[in-house]
Amino acid sequence: MTVTEENVAEENVTEQSVAQEAAYTDQLHALPRAKAVLRMSEVKAAEMIDQPLDGENDQTMLINMGPAHPSTHGVLRLMLEMDGETIRRSKPIVGYLHTGMEKQGEELTYLQGCTNTTRMDYAAPLFNELVFSMATEELIGIEVPERATWIRMLMCEMNRISSHLLFMATNGMDLGAVSMMIYGWREREQVLRFFQKVTGLRMNHNYIRPGGVAADLPDGWRDDVRFLLDMLPHRLDEYDILMTGQPIWRDRLQGVGVISQAEAIALSVTGPILRSTGVAWDLRRDMPYLAYDDVDFDVVVGSYGDAFDRYAIRLAEIRESMRIVGQILDKMPEGDYRVQDAKVTPPPRARIDESMEALIHHFKIFTEGFKVPEGEVYVSVESPRGELGCYIVSDGGPKPYRMHIRGPSFVNLQSMPHMLADAFLADGVAIISSVDPILGEVDR
Amino acid sequence: MSEDVNEEVVDEAQVDEPDAGEAMEMAYDCPVSWSREQKVIHVARDRWRHLAHTLLADGWNMCIDLTSVDYLSYSANRNLPTGVAPERFEVVASFISHKRGERLRARTQVPADDTRVDSLYAIYPGTDYLEREVYDLMGIEFTDHPDLSRILMPENWEGHPLRKDYGINAIPVQFKAHEAPETAS
Repeated sequence: MTVTEENVAEENVTEQSVAQEAAYTDQLHALPRAKAVLRMSEVKAAEMIDQPLDGENDQTMLINMGPAHPSTHGVLRLMLEMDGETIRRSKPIVGYLHTGMEKQGEELTYLQGCTNTTRMDYAAPLFNELVFSMATEELIGIEVPERATWIRMLMCEMNRISSHLLFMATNGMDLGAVSMMIYGWREREQVLRFFQKVTGLRMNHNYIRPGGVAADLPDGWRDDVRFLLDMLPHRLDEYDILMTGQPIWRDRLQGVGVISQAEAIALSVTGPILRSTGVAWDLRRDMPYLAYDDVDFDVVVGSYGDAFDRYAIRLAEIRESMRIVGQILDKMPEGDYRVQDAKVTPPPRARIDESMEALIHHFKIFTEGFKVPEGEVYVSVESPRGELGCYIVSDGGPKPYRMHIRGPSFVNLQSMPHMLADAFLADGVAIISSVDPILGEVDR
Repeated sequence: MSEDVNEEVVDEAQVDEPDAGEAMEMAYDCPVSWSREQKVIHVARDRWRHLAHTLLADGWNMCIDLTSVDYLSYSANRNLPTGVAPERFEVVASFISHKRGERLRARTQVPADDTRVDSLYAIYPGTDYLEREVYDLMGIEFTDHPDLSRILMPENWEGHPLRKDYGINAIPVQFKAHEAPETAS
């Protein structure tokens, strides 16, 4: 454990809000560890450096962790109040990747919007494209063809697999199972190769667009999917041998970072963290979108709400996603891969050569974009990290008037101080890893 | 807090109710509008927290999203029910009920000259970061929030970037600890 910067501080750091909090009722009372949320500005923390050492009154110490720490998954920074090896209070500090993507979204047309949102959760880019496209389609009131829906579902489930494989890799590495890093990356790479074949890119695909998808699946896609479905079960069994059954692995994760059901709900936590507490809530099943009604899968829940449950849930979700992908192989309908609505769909390439109108139409769609009727809509999908929502306000123009993304990582991050309370710093690494935040989505 | 505008809104809504008759749909004593088959309730700003109390008691167990919109340059129809006077800002919160498997959205109008709204932190603590984000990027102050500070922008940043009158492409890049952006250009 390398600590990049150490600040020696006195004990009496910000107690002002605690008394206030005690007066509150409602869901706040479901948070017994609300005091573990450190609320201190960086200016205040910087002033602490000048505090003189005060012998036995010195009980806790402010330590900075990140944003360049290898176990903080990108650029997460934590301000930790340590009592020896134990974390008393903590504050996640984010914003290092903030590039104003919501503001940017107001400057891009609906057709360009996916290139923007796809860069938010870079481990699960297709979900970002999906939620933006679904919100746009909801505003226009178009329905995408059946094949497009199933292609979207196939790609998203593959993306869920690759995203969870990335988690397996990083979670393993964070806890010292360094070979797991290579294994997880190796399998993820195979999935990304499939993405490359379909979309042309390994990440940030801009494949799912309002009205359908960018291109039909390439020839031989079934073989590629079958190859993955044949390869993965054996590899996942290896993970079980390497990690799930290992006493060291279990000791590092079981009972670490426990969060209760009431806490998770109060903190608006979604995804595997919520399910680890035993809440069987999965938007794919409870508020079905795409064609999730037509496939069989189980919602995996845990019972202890600890880091091991979250690991096990993600591993099981890879298997569930493979089950869904297997069904998609059988049920993939024939038909169009995008809606044939001249309003949102550019004319086919062949028509442009022979028709001046088609050429103009093509030009207009890509320069001016298409107009979307006024209104506001909130659409959400179940991303690998939880509820990914998109709120769009349209003023009837070709660009969103306001585009807001509800990133699951951002909201889930709130649970971190509660899980870190009274944990060892070494367990803190396991907890950060088990929350699985993607900072591109947190900061947007 | 000067609540004149909002009290008027409430009064009007109550006065309008008998006039509108069956045309005016109400939920939780608030006028309802439908947007693309999604239910939206419009609540007066001074009853924002009261509404959250009611919703939580009625089984809306999670506040899933909270955001805001600046309607400064919006020229189209805002789809507000009769009796709700449009203001520049709007705070939008989405609630979810796990039991019923339903969603509900609440919108409240916030005037430009008094950008204060009650914080929902005490009722739905999950709105902590979301309210900080709205404060940071839109400049809406949430009263009684335990730590209303910037979250995505640097602490010493000036201005609220998601406002429509915030000039884009005109700000020199600021880094933390670099206090003098003028000298950079």
